Amino acid sequence: MHKTILRTAAAALTLTAALAAQAHNQWLLPSTTVLSKPDWVTVDGAVSNDLFVANHFPANLDNLQVTGPDGAVVKAENQARLKHRSVFDVNLTQPGTYRIALVNSGVFASWKDKATGQNKRARGTPETIAKEIPADAQELRVSQSAGRVETFVTVGKPSPVKPVGQGLEMISTASPTDNVKGEKSTFTLLLDGQPAKDVEVTVTAGNTVYRDKLDELKVKTDANGQFSVTWPSAGMYWLDASVRDDKTTVPQAKERRVSYAATLEVAP
Amino acid sequence: MHLRYPLAPIALSALFAGPAVAAGLGVNIEIPRLNVSEYHRPYVAAWIEKPDNTVAATLAVWYDIRTKTNNPEGEGTKWLKDLRQWWRRTGRELSVPIDGVTGATKPAGKHQLNFTEGAKPLGQLAPGSYKLVVEASREVGGREVVSVPFQWPPAKAEQLGAKGKDELGEIQLELKP
Repeated sequence: MHKTILRTAAAALTLTAALAAQAHNQWLLPSTTVLSKPDWVTVDGAVSNDLFVANHFPANLDNLQVTGPDGAVVKAENQARLKHRSVFDVNLTQPGTYRIALVNSGVFASWKDKATGQNKRARGTPETIAKEIPADAQELRVSQSAGRVETFVTVGKPSPVKPVGQGLEMISTASPTDNVKGEKSTFTLLLDGQPAKDVEVTVTAGNTVYRDKLDELKVKTDANGQFSVTWPSAGMYWLDASVRDDKTTVPQAKERRVSYAATLEVAP
Repeated sequence: MHLRYPLAPIALSALFAGPAVAAGLGVNIEIPRLNVSEYHRPYVAAWIEKPDNTVAATLAVWYDIRTKTNNPEGEGTKWLKDLRQWWRRTGRELSVPIDGVTGATKPAGKHQLNFTEGAKPLGQLAPGSYKLVVEASREVGGREVVSVPFQWPPAKAEQLGAKGKDELGEIQLELKP
């Protein structure tokens, strides 16, 4: 009796976890995206179901990359991993647009153990994954992932954001910090530095927890990788896109999953 | 040769004898009296915009120019970006203080400003359509933008105006040909 209940509960939990895992959004939330003059910004980072409410898991800051307007690396200070969100400060000392990004990459492997027939899985980097997989692994499946979660902050006059040329990224035609309710913003989605055409981009306004419908906008990039958004309201927005291709750097991996998410502020 | 110089002032005054005063603009900005528990005087920017939303001239910017640390631009520059529209259109390209443009925040009431064509900060306006835009933004309060369209140069002396709802009162624009 008790065993049955436990088993059902366990199954239910697994199911919930699986469903939730798909819905989770990773995001960065800066205290402001526009500064009059050099100042600090405090940034939150979390993985959660609701934008931008930290109700699940703190973001991993190991792969945090902050880039100044001149392209130089800027140190993120006062980093802390709290229970529901991570937090850090960035000292923006020069005019122009800063890029604050979590750049994640990983390799995921799953196989059946030859001796026992059990399902095994491992996670690692392109360098470490080979050590995790036994030579006699059966039904081996390896996939590689590359993700970028970012936001932008401008001091004074915006400066152009240079593409890094790796994975998915979004370059604004004007400035990523110049978005106004009712006005149109145009972006170019790049995959490894090349226009990513025919990719669906989802645009979701924050505060999803306070409304019944997600009301997300879906737009497709054109032949030049471009897409436009006319902002329906002011607030913080989350844009995300993902593609799958076979451009892997790990020999065993057949598939690469590339994802991108950006947090943008829209002024009233 | 020497004779030409004494004549010059006469020729010059003859030239300006027609229009006694140069063309210009009179701008009157009303800051409403608000019944709120925490009141701070609003930051205000007034500027002239072309039809393509580019800025022809910033006429006035009122912000907190008080300084605690001998900072010549004033501590209040941190919040200039809250004049969101002005900031995006032109503010972020400028460096404050600007002589004859920036000044301290003003109390509730009507404030008259006069500008002469050819002189700073108005300068020369090419003939065409323009908008006078006034934006007010108040700490722990609201923000409002009011604009008054006009044609330049004006055919006759004219009084135009618009009215704000919350953060701005009456905005008057006097065209002086």
